[in-house]
Amino acid sequence: MLPYILKRLLLMVPLIFGITLITFIVIHLAPGGPVEVETEMSLKASAQARENLKRLYGLDKPLHVQYIDWLGRFVKLDFGKSFVDGKKVIDKIKERIPVTLTINLLSLLVIVLIAIPVGVLSATRQYSLFDKLTTIFVFMGFSTPTFWLALLLMIVFGVTLGLLPISGIQSIDVSEMGPLDRVIDWIKHLILPVGISAFGGIAGLSRYSRSSMLEVIRQDYIRTARAKGIKESDVIVNHALRNALMPVVTILGLSVPGLIGGAVIFETIFAIPGMGQLFYNSAMARDYPTIMGILVIGAVLTLIGNLIADISYALVDPRIRVKG
Amino acid sequence: MLKIIWNRFKKNPLSVAGMIVILTLAGIAMFAPFIAPYEPTSIDVYNVLSAPSISHPFGTDELGRDVLTRMIWGSRVSLKVGFVAVGIAITIGTILGAISGFYGRRIDALLMRFVDIMLAFPTFFLILAVISIVEPSISTIMIVIGLTGWMDVARLVRAEFLTLKERDFISAARAVGVADTRLIFRHIIPNALSPVFVAATFGIAGAILVESSLSFLGLGVQPPDPSWGNILTSGKDNITVAWWLSLFPGIAILITVLSYNLVGEGLRDALDPRLWHVER
Repeated sequence: MLPYILKRLLLMVPLIFGITLITFIVIHLAPGGPVEVETEMSLKASAQARENLKRLYGLDKPLHVQYIDWLGRFVKLDFGKSFVDGKKVIDKIKERIPVTLTINLLSLLVIVLIAIPVGVLSATRQYSLFDKLTTIFVFMGFSTPTFWLALLLMIVFGVTLGLLPISGIQSIDVSEMGPLDRVIDWIKHLILPVGISAFGGIAGLSRYSRSSMLEVIRQDYIRTARAKGIKESDVIVNHALRNALMPVVTILGLSVPGLIGGAVIFETIFAIPGMGQLFYNSAMARDYPTIMGILVIGAVLTLIGNLIADISYALVDPRIRVKG
Repeated sequence: MLKIIWNRFKKNPLSVAGMIVILTLAGIAMFAPFIAPYEPTSIDVYNVLSAPSISHPFGTDELGRDVLTRMIWGSRVSLKVGFVAVGIAITIGTILGAISGFYGRRIDALLMRFVDIMLAFPTFFLILAVISIVEPSISTIMIVIGLTGWMDVARLVRAEFLTLKERDFISAARAVGVADTRLIFRHIIPNALSPVFVAATFGIAGAILVESSLSFLGLGVQPPDPSWGNILTSGKDNITVAWWLSLFPGIAILITVLSYNLVGEGLRDALDPRLWHVER
């Protein structure tokens, strides 16, 4: 197992290198670059001042030198300072990551808990009413703009019914609450964001586990198990489910970038102080150091998600470990 | 061949319904100036945020503009973005996938690592980063969505090439001395197109979703130009008083995207030759 993990880790190195290169290229395509952003507010900024700023950011050097400098600092997780408030980018990101990761992990959990049973049930009852209803749900799920769904749920649960808060992750008076009330307050704030970010994933994963399950229950060994007179529920749970779920693990890993990217939308709508909102604000303010930092971190998080999926796949399927 | 595909396609009523919706929407977009009851940007200060009524079936927005009119004009945006963005993605994806699959070895390894790298970025992050640099407009988002959406097509085309290039008719063409470019464009690509068409249909659905999200966030089509996404922005701003601003444009997006997805599903079944002989 260990050699397999090491090999996977080694494969990540060139990918991370490519990620930094693309991030750098994208940002340096900017006409005028960061200096224009800082000086565009003050028309009085002289040519000399611009030159000084350029030197400060090292923008007077050739591009490849700039890239190597930046890469050198990146290895030490130093992304420079934000243009907006002068704070270190890495500190800003560190501050925001826990909220985003919490919501993403919770919605992954919701996705798994709902989608796999639904997918398995509709596979075992293919063409039943339940199967047809889930198929309709899946297509709706693929086609619904999540930000719109968020708006509708905000209107229904927040405005009309007044049941759930529609912004932030805690109430203003949270400091006056007891510990239990705090937890309830926190859960109330998270229901809509987690639900929204899980929504598309539920559709995708239930579809996937359905087709994976359908494939498995047509296999000979399932027929054998039935022929031996094993109870149908045992056949499904013990014989079919295990094998059907293996590829599902991979899909979960692949859904990580979607979840992280989706954070921009729901964090902006629900005013959640996470990485997505930070990224949105930085993009609006053209805060290049922060944008570059989050782009790289977001991509590396995706790689880590894929790595975890690969490792868990190898754990459940011994064939992968041997072949590598 | 087209006839077989059509015969198979029309067996799926939902896909046919999706096709009808798409054609209707294309008609609406094309004839928007003649269909829309009002001017898309004409302001009416006496009718600000009025609820749906006979004169304004979908109500008016915070400047008194007719929502139905703005939605009709907004359908042009979705249509344009969907087709142009996917056109760009398919062109890049097909070319890179073809090169990768045809030449193999080093080029293949290099290009596929490039695909892996591009796929590691959360797409929405990448799009947002580019849009923060260039002025957001409809042409920018079309290009950006195209440039960040070609990876799946490239993988598909590569896979098709890998199987096709081992086939006898390709060896035969090679044996009679057909040049590489001709081999790729005349002999392999036409045979590799079915999955690309299917991916393109799903891709249009995805592009429309991304465009509406971007416009909703203020990073896409800029007001006063209407798009379904930016009408929803005013829906959010007036969330406590004007539900109609939030409801109708969203339904329009949902129906449009759903239609493309249904057509994509129908095409996938219709274009899969493995399923053909079953019926005939």
